[in-house]
Amino acid sequence: MITEFTPWASLFGGVLIGLASVSLMVLRGRILGATGILAGFMTPTSSSDWAWRAAILAGMVSGPLAFYALTGGFPAIDVPVSNTMLIIGGVIVGLGVTFASGCTSGHGVCGMARLSPRSFAATLTFMASTGLTVFIIRHVIGG
Amino acid sequence: MRLFATYLVGLVFGVGISLSGMSNPAKVVNFFDVAGTWDPSLAFVMGGALIVTGIGYRLVFRRSAPVFETSFQVPSSRTIDPRLIGGSAVFGVGWGIAGFCPGGALPALGTGQVEVLIFFVAMIAGIFLAKAMMKFNVNRLENRAEPKTA
Repeated sequence: MITEFTPWASLFGGVLIGLASVSLMVLRGRILGATGILAGFMTPTSSSDWAWRAAILAGMVSGPLAFYALTGGFPAIDVPVSNTMLIIGGVIVGLGVTFASGCTSGHGVCGMARLSPRSFAATLTFMASTGLTVFIIRHVIGG
Repeated sequence: MRLFATYLVGLVFGVGISLSGMSNPAKVVNFFDVAGTWDPSLAFVMGGALIVTGIGYRLVFRRSAPVFETSFQVPSSRTIDPRLIGGSAVFGVGWGIAGFCPGGALPALGTGQVEVLIFFVAMIAGIFLAKAMMKFNVNRLENRAEPKTA
């Protein structure tokens, strides 16, 4: 499936992701990582710790609705794989990010922005691993 | 008030993800498919986010404490261990298969599209599975370390 190259929308989206990451740090002193926030939300240590996580997660989930209000449409979500692959991929993502203590947002944006060597290593590893996986699926198995 | 501000932070993140294309598996997989239907858009997401966060953090860390809390809570570990690398490599396999990462899927739940929910529930199962595996490992190591009593 071919997708349209969207440099401006993607750049502006990235800037907003950056603004949110900086805001969470200045307000609450926390890394904006989807993995960490979600994990702490599901196994909370205190009610106040749970509350801010619930608030930010609610904000995230209302993102597409605000996007709808601004643009008149929901963001495109085209899933080129079967539900079985979504389930297999989902379990593997959950396993991986928990052992790695972070994902694209926590390591890839926040960690790299504060020059954490762990986050550089994690990001390089998962980018390479994703690239290799896509290559094998599309050009070795599917080719 | 503080919770509402935190909600707004999530909202900005969610709009950013929606706009960026990070919650669109077709776009994510195409970013990695350099040998096929390559779409370099996501490099602009990463670029934009890193420039803003890199400069912003530098300014924020001039403060002695965040606005709502008494201290910053950033990870202090600098050790690159097998768990970090192995976990990241595993995450990449899943991201390549499904096209969703946690930060992309979370806001996408708000579209109500059923595929997102399927991925998300499976991912939660994976998170709990990993936690159970870690706990099992810790227990095993503790049992092994226990001195034998005669």
